[in-house]
Amino acid sequence: MFDSLSEKLQRVFKNLRGEGKLTPENMEAALREIRVALLEADVHFKVVKQLIENIKVKAMGQEVMSSLTPGQQVIKIVRDELVEILGKHQSRIRTANEAPTVVMIVGLQGSGKTTSTAKLARHLFKASHNPLLVSVDVYRPAARDQLKILARDLKIPIYEGEPGNNIPLELAKGARREAIQTGKDFVLVDTAGRLHIDEDLMVELQTLKEALNPTEILFVADAMTGQDAVKSADEFHKRLGITGIVLTKMDGDARGGAALSIRQVTGQPLKFVGVGEKADALEAFHPERVASRILGMGDVLSLIEKVQEQVDTKNAEEMQRKLLDDEFTLADFRDQMKQLAKLGPLESLLGMMPNIGPMKQLKDVKVDPKEMTRVIAIIDSMTPHERSNHMVINGPRRRRIAKGSGTTVQEVNNLLKQYAQARKMMKSFTGGMGKGFLGKRLGKMKMPDLDSFLKGGGF
Amino acid sequence: MIRSLFGSGDSKERAGEASAPQTGSAAPAAPPAAQKASSLLDRLKQGIQKTRAGIVTALEDTIQGKKEIDAELLEELEFALIGADVGIQTATEVLERIRQRVDRKLVNDAGELKALIREHLLEVLQTAERPLVRAATPPTVLMIVGVNGVGKTTTIGKLAQQLGGEGKSVLLCAADTFRAAAIEQLEVWGQRTSTEVIRQKAGADPSSVMFDALQAAKSRSTDYVIVDTAGRLHTKSNLMAELDKMRRTAQKVIPDAPHEVWLVMDATTGQNGLEQARKFTESSGVTGIVLTKLDGTAKGGVVVAIARELMLPIRYIGVGEQAGDLLPFDAEQFVGTLLA
Repeated sequence: MFDSLSEKLQRVFKNLRGEGKLTPENMEAALREIRVALLEADVHFKVVKQLIENIKVKAMGQEVMSSLTPGQQVIKIVRDELVEILGKHQSRIRTANEAPTVVMIVGLQGSGKTTSTAKLARHLFKASHNPLLVSVDVYRPAARDQLKILARDLKIPIYEGEPGNNIPLELAKGARREAIQTGKDFVLVDTAGRLHIDEDLMVELQTLKEALNPTEILFVADAMTGQDAVKSADEFHKRLGITGIVLTKMDGDARGGAALSIRQVTGQPLKFVGVGEKADALEAFHPERVASRILGMGDVLSLIEKVQEQVDTKNAEEMQRKLLDDEFTLADFRDQMKQLAKLGPLESLLGMMPNIGPMKQLKDVKVDPKEMTRVIAIIDSMTPHERSNHMVINGPRRRRIAKGSGTTVQEVNNLLKQYAQARKMMKSFTGGMGKGFLGKRLGKMKMPDLDSFLKGGGF
Repeated sequence: MIRSLFGSGDSKERAGEASAPQTGSAAPAAPPAAQKASSLLDRLKQGIQKTRAGIVTALEDTIQGKKEIDAELLEELEFALIGADVGIQTATEVLERIRQRVDRKLVNDAGELKALIREHLLEVLQTAERPLVRAATPPTVLMIVGVNGVGKTTTIGKLAQQLGGEGKSVLLCAADTFRAAAIEQLEVWGQRTSTEVIRQKAGADPSSVMFDALQAAKSRSTDYVIVDTAGRLHTKSNLMAELDKMRRTAQKVIPDAPHEVWLVMDATTGQNGLEQARKFTESSGVTGIVLTKLDGTAKGGVVVAIARELMLPIRYIGVGEQAGDLLPFDAEQFVGTLLA
């Protein structure tokens, strides 16, 4: 894969130290690399051109700060510039003066409107609102069924209209009427996907807008979109005056440069990002994170936040003490495993890691979630005595444990080997104490060690 | 190989489709040529007209407005290529080639540049072409994979329509058991095209649905089984492993199945498309691409990068939501619209 931008810039500026200043000459190669990075991230070429101009002006003549390498300094300038375009985060849905607040969800086919609508409904519901859903997608086969199933799973009411009613405007109006009658404060209108050049369907959206007077019109955009993002977003905005953007499929590895283009061309705020297919996979938009991602620098902040969210600090400190005092038992090993499982699929965590240096190897690590379940089952099948004294686990005990956990002796052996390795590895970490074991350690781990640990099928 | 770039394709000896009947012609064989050809042209013309208003006409303007080849012209050519999503690497490669020729004074006229670019892109696409695989004895198993929302189910509906129209027997397999109402969506297409759909409950094991479908198709000697799979991001290794399992399951029923695995890709996809193709090829042995939503303003240029790096041919293009809106890929037409 590609070298990260920071690596490239580091090389570009290898010799800059002596000069001490960023000049047009030494910037040229750097700007070229930045340009390539932005284009690879699918930022629109016109936006890239503008950005490069701005960066050039800002970087020129700056003293190279002693605390930063020139490469880092330029990256900081670029990143700040991106953050500025992406805007402060405003992941709030505005409400109408008079309930119900109508939110229209619009976008191209397959961008993830229906899934986002359901996620949004859940988000509002969690924030003590009473949303009513309605699908006016009468075109795609089973589109309305899809929202109905999602609504049922979330236990959020959906307006289905009279049987056989296939008129979007009537469905939407009916939903608003019902919301008023039943005291709902939000109506979320899931519209059909359409191409921005489909005149009839764009007119339909305009008609819906006029009739419903929505407070928010959210444009749903796929993070994987390329250069065309500018055209579709621009057209939707011209026709409808969108009020916010939801960026979906950010759980993949697309760099999401489209976010920058869409934001630039519409001037509207990015409100949410979709990070999975489940209804809770909707997050607030953070410009710094997306900026880092566009530059191929990983999303370390999200990773740390996720870890902090899940890891109980006290528990973690206790664990750390145990490690240092060599009291890390199989029971603790199991607890760690469970904690790790709470973080979600390991790949999604690894995906957030920056693509630099030794971290690169992690990108290809494959983790079978069932392995983790098996490991936990094996440890569960041990006696408390065995868990705290792994040395006593002899042949007959291994056979018993294997039987009890529905695994094989070989798997039990493997686990014990890995536990011993993990103990050794974890013991080798010393140094500054931080907030939590995992949060702290993920940054510090010697990657080749972790790598072999993971590849050994540890969990 | 130099070919007529603007001529209406009288030299149709493309590696993949028309020729090589011994390998079993085209799996879903090309539709009746004459009748479809006009609609293809019409659609592509419509497509071009729509994009005329867009940014990419810059290329035409640039070339017509100038005679001299200078740095500015080359930059604008680069933007035209990048604007079509071919990616910076491919764009750089194309321009490098042009620069060399300009330096050697092989090209003097800016007008020749366009032909050069076309030729290069065409060569990349044509090098990746390969004949379709069809089972020696039916059924031919066609698996459809891709990330979420690219149009897999719609593509399958269209394929069922076309194959049925050619008098082939088709069975659809609803192996997207994950997304809400995905099975229902395929069933609607089944009804529209009078094609039987093999299904189980939502949440069932996709491999098990596939097993059922293949068994049924085998015992009835159905010509084609088209397997719909759940959309998945290529970064989710457990879901990618599921595709691998489906392949293995298919092989238990029919040893050389699946005969073709098509990755459906949305034309609006940017540079991430390359990674998609790479990962799906690793896990499910992709043999071709179906490029959808070409009726919009997006060019789908990332398939050039895919053809270049992974040698994957493009099989079909999707140009609308109706059953007839699936057309066999034509590299010359495609390159024409790419730079329109």
